[in-house]
Amino acid sequence: MEKFVTHVGTGVPLRRSNVDTDQIIPAVYLKRVTRSGFEDGLFAAWRSDPDFVLNQPEFKSGTVLVAGADFGTGSSREHAVWALQNYGFKVVISSRFADIFRGNSQKGGLLTILLSQSEVEDLWVAIEANPALAITVDLDAKTVSYGEQVIAFEIDDYVRWRLMEGLDDIGLTLGNSDFIDTFESLRAAHKPKTLPIRA
Amino acid sequence: MGKTLAEKIWQEHVVRAKAGEPDLIYIDLHLIHEVTSPQAFDGLRLSNRKVRRPDLTIATEDHNVPTQNINLPIADPVSKLQVDTLRANCAEFGVRIHSLGDAEQGIVHVVGPQLGLTQPGLTIVCGDSHTSTHGAFGALAFGIGTSEVEHVLATQTLPLQRPKTMAINVNGKLKPGVTSKDIILAIIAKIGTGGGQGYVIEYRGEAIRELSMEARMTVCNMSIEAGARAGLIAPDETTFSYIKGKPHAPEDFDAALSYWKTLFTDADAKFDVEVDLDADQLEPFVTWGTNPGQGIFLNANVPNPADIADAEERGAAERALVYMGLTAGQPMKSVAIDTVFLGSCTNGRIEDLRAAAEILKGKKISTSLRMLVVPGSARVRLQAEAEGLDKVFIDSGAEWRNAGCSMCLGMNPDQLKPEERSASTSNRNFEGRQGKGGRTHLVSPLVAAATALRGTLSSPADL
Ligand code: SF4
Repeated sequence: MEKFVTHVGTGVPLRRSNVDTDQIIPAVYLKRVTRSGFEDGLFAAWRSDPDFVLNQPEFKSGTVLVAGADFGTGSSREHAVWALQNYGFKVVISSRFADIFRGNSQKGGLLTILLSQSEVEDLWVAIEANPALAITVDLDAKTVSYGEQVIAFEIDDYVRWRLMEGLDDIGLTLGNSDFIDTFESLRAAHKPKTLPIRA
Repeated sequence: MGKTLAEKIWQEHVVRAKAGEPDLIYIDLHLIHEVTSPQAFDGLRLSNRKVRRPDLTIATEDHNVPTQNINLPIADPVSKLQVDTLRANCAEFGVRIHSLGDAEQGIVHVVGPQLGLTQPGLTIVCGDSHTSTHGAFGALAFGIGTSEVEHVLATQTLPLQRPKTMAINVNGKLKPGVTSKDIILAIIAKIGTGGGQGYVIEYRGEAIRELSMEARMTVCNMSIEAGARAGLIAPDETTFSYIKGKPHAPEDFDAALSYWKTLFTDADAKFDVEVDLDADQLEPFVTWGTNPGQGIFLNANVPNPADIADAEERGAAERALVYMGLTAGQPMKSVAIDTVFLGSCTNGRIEDLRAAAEILKGKKISTSLRMLVVPGSARVRLQAEAEGLDKVFIDSGAEWRNAGCSMCLGMNPDQLKPEERSASTSNRNFEGRQGKGGRTHLVSPLVAAATALRGTLSSPADL
């Protein structure tokens, strides 16, 4: 997982609430056998609408998704996080996230930031007025800033530390490799092994 | 205070414990199949990681494989892609795989035990909820998600919250014609599909101790249908003699045995919850609805939703009857069946095939239905053929197939058509589970065979 300390990018205003994971990535796209390539399926149903925000050239290269309340509800599919990341999003801002989605995003290294609904709306207005507006997310300082605005946000210390160190669950466990090595050295010899193959 | 069996196994696998964090648990055996592993391997590749212990990992192909013409390429492109991807990943990462055509290919939960890899006291995981099957050997075995599959591949461990423990005491003896499938269906009907949530269930009592190893696997297999994290049974002589002589049985059998004999729940241990069931009161069981908890004695009538007090359950029962095309009050035995499916990781082992063949021998199945017999693994198929069971099935009019998950789930060519009704020895009767619009009645192999002969849901006593 990449370390996340600060990120500067442009925003995408997604003026919709209750965006569930079926809308983020419909089930038909789940048949893929890789963890990459899900960007095609991101918001698939809406992408065919020329007026949809991601079809506006000025928002195409945004990396900070600013969404309405209750983002990521529904099915627990981790593919929703992969799809957002594969497309290029680094941060999602909303006034309320579904728990499982938020958990999955933290596992995968996608930063989800909780702001108040009025802060989200101010951000929408600012981005729509100037799509090239630079948005700075500083995880160390726990702030989102754009123009003159500096907004503080809350985040769990443990989650923040993991993201700043770029540690996914596996990375964290590998940090305890010594414990695993010791455990393995003490394992009983009679425990079964799949290799070499015995018939 | 003493410890339960589950607590003992857990304790012995803690790699690292820290207050406020989940325990890091060592995994002794990791089983892999084609559906839930591709993104895990891809994740390893993306972060340049290796499989830490290929020698504790084994893969087989089961969910997507056809059970006919297995020498031809897999026709469905998505199924083919998943199987091909598994083969390529195993080759790249050095993981042992048993592919279609190999004697050890089959349903992952049939393959582990038949190789002797499933042993008491192990922690066993697989990206599949029916991993609980392996608990029959006194192992702590549970299903995991794809991220966890990747975690185990990379580290051979998992960070886990300690589960609670539940004892289910099945007291007394089973009547003839009543099987372990009836025990577990009765348990689920009693505690509900969420009754085991957050628990590891230990099945205990006289009726459980008297079950064969394979019958115990049937019970543990469906722990997940009661919502449990895992289900297990303390190992005993039945377990030890089943493992002895299997390809991967311990070379130093005595060393293993003296450890295995420590694996029981201490007399003064306390379970978080205990449930009792009288085995001698049980009769052949069958499901009438669309979840495994909606079950009833085969001799009974389709329940009337109006009699159900709980509003939510009543609504679920009403919807289930509509989906199943059943009328309240109708005798279960009057229900005509279109397809009998004998197979799956619940009841696709050699004993299941023997029990069904015993009933079918020298008789013809009803002309109003078809019967699919699908051995759980290629090894089971070979064994059955060596015993002449294939002839019994074919002579009775049933289809003799190759190994795989087959009609247990609508992911391969074996599927029900809309409104087609099955008596199935598998574990899930969810809407569409066996094919879109299909209607499933879960039954034991004995009921499956008797039903095949009579055309309507029946027990051997009806013959
Ligand atoms: S037989 Fe059915 S329940 Fe068992 S692993 Fe296959 S699909 Fe899952």
